[in-house]
Parts: sequence; C-alpha cells; structure tokens
Amino acid sequence: MTDPAVRFERVTLDYGTRRIWSDLSLDIAPGAFVAILGPNGSGKTSLLRAILGLVAPSSGRIAVLGHPPRRGDPGIGYVPQHSSFDAELPFRGRDLVQLGVDGHRWGIGLPNASVRAQVDRALASVDAAHYADAPIGRLSGGEQQRLRIAQALVGDPALLLCDEPLANLDLRYQQTITDLVAAWRQRTGGTVLFVTHDVNPVLRLVDKVLFVVNGRWDAGTPDEVLTSERMSALYRSHVDVVRVHGRILVVGESTEAGFNLDEPHHVPVAVEHETPR
Amino acid sequence: MDQLLTLLGYEFVQNAIAAGAVIAIVSGVVSRFVVARNMAFAVHALSELGFTGAAGFILLRLSPVFGLLAGSAITAVFIGTLGVRARGRDVVVGVVMAFGLGLGVLFITLYKGYANQAFAILFGTITGVSRGDVLLLVGIGVFTLAALAAVYRPLTFATVDPEVAEARGVPVGALAVVFLLIMASAVAEAIQVVGVLLILTLLITPGAAAERLTPRPGAAIIWSVAIALFCVLGGILLSLVTNAPVSVFVTSLSFACYLVARFVAGPRRRELRAVRAGAGDEGRPAAIAAR
Repeated sequence: MTDPAVRFERVTLDYGTRRIWSDLSLDIAPGAFVAILGPNGSGKTSLLRAILGLVAPSSGRIAVLGHPPRRGDPGIGYVPQHSSFDAELPFRGRDLVQLGVDGHRWGIGLPNASVRAQVDRALASVDAAHYADAPIGRLSGGEQQRLRIAQALVGDPALLLCDEPLANLDLRYQQTITDLVAAWRQRTGGTVLFVTHDVNPVLRLVDKVLFVVNGRWDAGTPDEVLTSERMSALYRSHVDVVRVHGRILVVGESTEAGFNLDEPHHVPVAVEHETPR
Repeated sequence: MDQLLTLLGYEFVQNAIAAGAVIAIVSGVVSRFVVARNMAFAVHALSELGFTGAAGFILLRLSPVFGLLAGSAITAVFIGTLGVRARGRDVVVGVVMAFGLGLGVLFITLYKGYANQAFAILFGTITGVSRGDVLLLVGIGVFTLAALAAVYRPLTFATVDPEVAEARGVPVGALAVVFLLIMASAVAEAIQVVGVLLILTLLITPGAAAERLTPRPGAAIIWSVAIALFCVLGGILLSLVTNAPVSVFVTSLSFACYLVARFVAGPRRRELRAVRAGAGDEGRPAAIAAR
C-alpha cells in the first residue's frame, strides 16, 4: 500500500464568506486519472489551487505527494485555464516551455545547453518542435495547448493538474491533447487530475470521477457516480444520466426557470461542438 | 561635421552624451516590460507625479532629481498596493494621478523663484546636466538595471504567464510592486532627456517598435535598447546643431523608428508563414481555433 498522490481529509474550503465545498475526503492513488466534474463556479479550480498551495483550506488536511501543499512544488505540473497571448508578444513556444524549467529562478539565466536540450525534448514529446520558434500569440489554440502541456511536463512532475485543457478546442485537438496526457501517464506512471465540464473525451482514461455541485461532492468510478440516482442526490433534483453511443449525458429536467441544471453546457455535449463559430 | 567635432569637445556635451547613453539603455530595457505588461497609463502617472515630487523638492530647495525619484516611487507604492489586479489598476492610477498632480500645481504656485526648473522638468534638460548629475544618473541607472536583472526570469514568467508563474511559486504580486519601483527610477531617468510630458516616447515607443522586429524576447530587449540609444544620442546631437530642444528630436526619431519597425515587420510575417507552412495541418488562423 503506497501513499496516495493526493489525500483530502475532511477538507472544507471557503472563498471569503462563501463555502465552496465542505468535508471532502478523498484518496487519489499514484498513477490514477481523476476527472473533476461539476458546473461552473462549483470550486473545481479552487480544488487545484488548494493542491498547489495557493489557497489554504478552512479546515481539514491536504497531503500532496506525501507532504502538505507548498507553493512552487516541483513535483506538480500545471496546465491553467485557457488564456491567450498578445499577437505581437515577442515570445516563442520554446520560451514558454523554458519558463517551466527555470522561469521561477532569480537572475537573467545565461544560455545553457542542458536547459535547451531539456526544452527540445519536451517540445518533441508533444510534437511541437516545428512551430517552437514562431511567435506564440500567432499560434492556434490547439498549438498553444500542446506547448502548455510541454511546459507542465518539462520539469518531470509526478502529478499533473489540468484545468479545462479541452475548452476552446475542436474535437480533433481534444483528442490530441487527451492522447498526449494519456501517453505521459503511461510512460511515467504519473497521476492526473483533469478538470473538465465534459467527461466524454477522457472517459476511456478515467479511473475515478469527483463531481462537485453547490458545495456537495460525490466520488467513485464513472459507473458508480454517473448514474441517475447518485446525480439526482447530488443535484437534489431529478437528473437523468443517459448513455448514448458510448457517451454519457447528464440531463436535467426543464422547469419554469429553464433547466434544473443551471449549467446546461455540460448536458447537450454532442450539440455544443457543432456550434459554428 | 567640424562643428559637431568642436561641440563634442565641450564638457557639457560629453556629460549630456554620457548621461543620455545610460538613460537610453535603462529606458530601452524597461520599456519592453512596460509594453508587455500594458502599463502605459501607469508610466504616465509615475512621470506626472515625479513632477509633483520635483516641484515639492524645488520648493524645499532640494535636488529636483531626488524629488522626481521620490514622487514616482511613492506613486509606485500607492499603485502597487492599491491596484495590483490588472482590471482595477487603471482606475487606481487615475485616482492617484489626479490628486498628485493637484499637489504639483500647489507646489509650483507656492514657489516664488523662477519657474525655469519646473519648465525643464516638463520638457527635459539633458544638455544642462553637470558632471555630478551624470554620476547620479549613472548610479541610478546601474541600480535599476541590476534590480531588473535580479528579477528578470520571474518577472518575465509573471508577465507572460501569470497563472503558471503563481503555481510555480513566483511571487507575482510582490513582483508587480518591484516592477513599479523599477519603472519609477527609469521614469526619473528618462525625464532628464524628454521631460515629464513626453515620457512615453522613451518608455513605450522603443519597446513597441522592438516587438515588431523579432519574436525572441532577448533580441527584443536588444532592439529596444538600440532604438532608445539611437533616439537619445541622435536627439542630443541634432539639438546641439540646431539649438531646438532635445525632446523635439527624440520624439520624432522614436516615432520614425516605430513606423520603420512596423514597415519592415513584413519580412518577419513572411518568415512566420514559412515556419507555419512546415506545420502542414496547422495552417489555420489562430482566431478560428481559439474561441
């Protein structure tokens, strides 16, 4: 029995006076792929920030890789929520990845062959070498996201935290990014926490889901948690979980105020990706 | 040409060139970060409140250079602590600037001597600097560059990629304040050449022109310094030959540099397209994929 990669022991997190979630207890085994699901504003990003040591829980204990969360933990790789780069910014994909190696160190940092080799390997591992010297603000969202994965993995972490890494990507790139994360986990035995509003692109990889709704949570395998009974209990209203063509849809009933799930975006998933842009 | 060589023999000319070179180097480096962090408005506030500080020090019969430093540094601390978040920052800058400039007007009104010094601070006086001033400006410049070198990598991280920087343990908020203080001393330096009102010509334009010339961050800083040196030294020499104020030429040269940089940006774009052509399936414009 090895130590869990991440352990939550009766953790409660508040943001100001608002309780985000309470009494969360969860062990995440090394090498696990955990999908963190739930509507927007349910504290999924806060959960990652707590693991990163950027917010402290109001009560309870968190252990990350066997120790309390600490800022700048080199054992963690982090892919943040989508943010774009200015088109004229003189900064290349190569520079972004290098920030993952030595961006946190003081001083100027003179050119260094071993750092360069490390960056080149990371770029090659996500198949980004051929656009690594182009200005980053002029790359597509999918190209930028591959660089973000390379940046997160270049320091050889044991735990990878991804915050909506598939948002803003078309289906083909969702597949590419998912494959890269899966390959990394396969190769290194690393642990993945993957925040997403749609579980389907990663369903085949997921060992465990953590579903957070309005301060309540439920965790287990997808087959255990993603059922009409458990989801209805979590949402405290009637929710159907339907499986169609190997996809899982969580569907709320419509009420006078609209749907009882206030975030219909994670319901009609199949339609969402066909929305023209 | 002979006239120029004769001029270069004068000590006041040598002083101006030495001080101008240091100021240009500092401005060139700092302006890259000002542009990348989108802080034009904050630069203007530091500059105008540097004027308030200088006016206050003149009133107290102290050195206006230290007054500039004090005024912009105090402003830097105010802006840094009241408005670190980018969204509220401009509002805080505006609030602090309006009040501070009002104080400046009061100081000028109270001052019974000649208003020459105040005018010099507003429009620049580099050809009037003494050897002592040069040493002071070199000292401030070296200190500013050393501070920037010390925080270069984490500041770059916090500027380009603040979420990941924070996760990697970079003190993003503290660096914002440190950079404001670095900006404050760069502003106090650049005011010597172009004055309070024209500050952006040295703290925005070189950095803005440079990013049109290269996608590499280090090369962009070198270009920015080169452009600032060309504008400041060119401005000083043209001013000596024509007797028109230095700031007239510095602003014209830096604007010309910006136009040229945008004009020659074409080759860079073609080079980028060549890089992307090798990408095969990646040929889609960024705007379509990034929604």
